[in-house]
Amino acid sequence: MRFGVVTFPGSCDDADARAACSLVDDAVALWHGDRDLQGVDAVVIPGGFSYGDHLRVGAIARFSPVMTAIETFAHRGGPVLGICNGFQVLCEAGLLPGALLPNSSLRFAMRQTVVEVQNTLSHWTRACAGGDLLSIPSKHTTGRYYASQPVLDVMEERGQIALRYVSDPIPNGSLAGIAGVSNEAGNVLGLMPHPEHAVDLLTGSADGLRLFESAAHAQAATA
Amino acid sequence: MRARVLIRPKAGILDPQGQTVERALPALGFTGVSRVHVGRLVELDIEDPARLPEMCEQLLSNPLIEDYEIL
Repeated sequence: MRFGVVTFPGSCDDADARAACSLVDDAVALWHGDRDLQGVDAVVIPGGFSYGDHLRVGAIARFSPVMTAIETFAHRGGPVLGICNGFQVLCEAGLLPGALLPNSSLRFAMRQTVVEVQNTLSHWTRACAGGDLLSIPSKHTTGRYYASQPVLDVMEERGQIALRYVSDPIPNGSLAGIAGVSNEAGNVLGLMPHPEHAVDLLTGSADGLRLFESAAHAQAATA
Repeated sequence: MRARVLIRPKAGILDPQGQTVERALPALGFTGVSRVHVGRLVELDIEDPARLPEMCEQLLSNPLIEDYEIL
């Protein structure tokens, strides 16, 4: 399969995301100004500071030409992963429920975090088992997940809460310890921790690779 | 015309910026201050102010977490 990794002005983890995807299969770069997704099978929106994070994190990136194409791709069931800033962009675009607010500490949090897989319904968690613990680094200032209680209840019921922090204290004050959520169909997943930085034991953990492998498994299952 | 839009965190959502300011004021001798919230103000020249609400809903604010007020 072929992964496409988006680069916005201000993205900074796009190279690592492409490298992580390449460990699983092919990976190509997608430019924010393009409407053509080059026939990729899955899209990764990486971390960073798209468009300088002006106004609100992810707010401007949402209107870039590539996002129009990604919205269509996602609505047709194409797998889309948003990491950190990519998660924020997907929430702003309405492809995922909720929003990300400044960390309750108001500080940049950077540390290795352990997240527990809550659901394997998503295309991006299928290679995991429920209850699996993944050690993945987090590094962000705006990672406090928020959705209204009725929305959270529905998400919980539908299995859309994909990942929860089990590290204590959690890095950002997210409601219910939420680290990652999916859409109802499961093809779109957003998470604050950075799986692309956890793909080699040399740097402490290869657990992040499981997410990229999941997308490949999901594709193999439907092919 | 010149328009001003005030955007603030929705009531009930934790506002750590407001809390931090609230905690800092007494240190400077400003007592008796409570319920501090920090938002932002957007000023713009606009030909058709009737389109302001739409603009606020789509870009200037995120209605899930913020309220806006056209001043």
